[in-house]
Amino acid sequence: MTAPVAVATADTALADAPKPKRRRRRRYHAGEVLAAYACLAPSAVIFAVFMYYPLYQLFVEATHQSNSFGTKSRYVGFGNIGDVLGGSDFMSGLGHTLLYVVYTVPAGLILGILLAVAAHRHLRGIKIYQTIFSSTVATSVAVTSVIFLTLINPSTGVLKIDILNNPDWALFGVSWSSIWQNIGLSFLIVLAGLQAIPEELLEAATLDGYGPVRRFFKVTLPLLSPVLLFLVVVLVVFALQSYAQVDILTQGGPAGATETLVYKITQNQSPRLMSNGAAMSIGLFVVTVIITALQFGLLSKRVNYDQ
Amino acid sequence: MTSDARVVDDAPAAGPTVALGAAPEKRIAGSSRLRPLRLTGWYTLLTVLAIIVLFPVYITVVRALSTPVAYSDARSPLYPVAIQWDVFWRAATSQGLSRALLLSAIMTIVITVAQLVTSVLAAYAFAFLEFPFKKTLFGLFMATLMLPIEVTLIPNVQTISDLGWLNSMQGLTVPFLATALGTFLIRQGFVGVPADLRDAARLDGYGHLRFMWHVAVPLARPVIAAFTVLSFLAAWNQYLWPQSVETLDNWQTAQVALSNLPTAEPATYNVGVAGALIVALPVLIVLLVFQRQLVRGLTAGAVKG
Repeated sequence: MTAPVAVATADTALADAPKPKRRRRRRYHAGEVLAAYACLAPSAVIFAVFMYYPLYQLFVEATHQSNSFGTKSRYVGFGNIGDVLGGSDFMSGLGHTLLYVVYTVPAGLILGILLAVAAHRHLRGIKIYQTIFSSTVATSVAVTSVIFLTLINPSTGVLKIDILNNPDWALFGVSWSSIWQNIGLSFLIVLAGLQAIPEELLEAATLDGYGPVRRFFKVTLPLLSPVLLFLVVVLVVFALQSYAQVDILTQGGPAGATETLVYKITQNQSPRLMSNGAAMSIGLFVVTVIITALQFGLLSKRVNYDQ
Repeated sequence: MTSDARVVDDAPAAGPTVALGAAPEKRIAGSSRLRPLRLTGWYTLLTVLAIIVLFPVYITVVRALSTPVAYSDARSPLYPVAIQWDVFWRAATSQGLSRALLLSAIMTIVITVAQLVTSVLAAYAFAFLEFPFKKTLFGLFMATLMLPIEVTLIPNVQTISDLGWLNSMQGLTVPFLATALGTFLIRQGFVGVPADLRDAARLDGYGHLRFMWHVAVPLARPVIAAFTVLSFLAAWNQYLWPQSVETLDNWQTAQVALSNLPTAEPATYNVGVAGALIVALPVLIVLLVFQRQLVRGLTAGAVKG
């Protein structure tokens, strides 16, 4: 295994390093630099081999076309990436994924606010309710899928809902499992936001004659907005990466109606289709970069309540 | 993100975390006490919401306990029918699941421990040491957050296959032995370590390793604990990657083994359902025991930076 070896290397390097002197500007201390690179090496190797090299590899694969056995490949150019990303297969995957965002994100936001507002008060036993509301954070996508499959099974379920076999509604049905699973995380994040709001502000609003509803919309919600934006980003990323629920609940069906972007990528792994799959992965990467950039933009503008 | 000494503060009220149960001292709307009627109203609302949230889990338990044929003959009631109390034992000891659970456990421990070690080391370098290309390297580390396994799946499966690591523990774990999230979170904890302490340790002749282990890590313990819980959950709950590199049935992890359920024999369907509940159990225990750490980790980015 790589890890223990790498750690041992770092150990020796650190032990050999001379005692750092009190000097921190511009000129570097050789021992300190050595220690730093030794500390970074294990992570750097993993990132290089399993994150940056694959990114490069995606562009190589997307610009080459293989035969069915993967024995021969020829350069087909960057135009191939454009062709795939503009093609109907990628577009339908992207469409399903964005639809999944629409189904799950607003619902997660509303449920998170509802539950957190309900459970953010001084009551005996409130901790039990808070634990229950946050409990779905522990269930995996696979376990959640089994729970929903069992619950809405058209022949043996308690709620006999034949939604997963209907091409028009199957994706919406799959999204129920995600909406339920996201409850725990949404609740915890909004509750953290509520607890960070200074009480004096709310009391001042009350003294100014604000009723509960007006106070919520005029004071609480604006103060909560940075937390809610963070929650939206997290939920969008979850939706963009949705795969296991589709794999377990519908296998992309019926008739491809629930094939999300990641599901499409897994369907394009064979040597013959790999250039398509790689181009789609690049498409997913671009979407991820946009979302992450948005996230950093939002986070840097964030209000810090505690100061 | 600014440095924040409070990250190393273990006090639940002061940390960047939501403290479950720590509701405001006074009721939000003024200082008058809740009238009994409103009190009943709140408890009713909370209980209804709790029942709705737990309903799918309750039904899953009912289905696991019920004999499948008897249950559908009884038209899928809300209570168990012809209860098989031994179903959980049968599920846990069934050949497929017990092996899958063991595999998942080993994979999770390897990934969590390795991520902890690699992240503490990297975080130490970024927080305490000066070296060339520090900013560039930090940027390159953080940028890996934009390269989730969903994006790099196809080339990574290729790499693992080329290394001959399909259906192996290396294939399951090696790509996840380091994570930028851990480096970031733990660095946040480290930069809160007061400069005085560093100077004092240096005067006492502490080398890097001793300072890291005896001063920095203990002070950043809350953040490290939070990251450990997150890392454990993420590793245990993985699905796409294990499914992609473990092509043989006897190399399936517990989560992936759950995908066999839809095609299971109707007569033993409840054993599969019980299996799903067993797979959820370790994380549920972690949630209950390490609630504060988990919440701190999950909300680390939400409230403070």
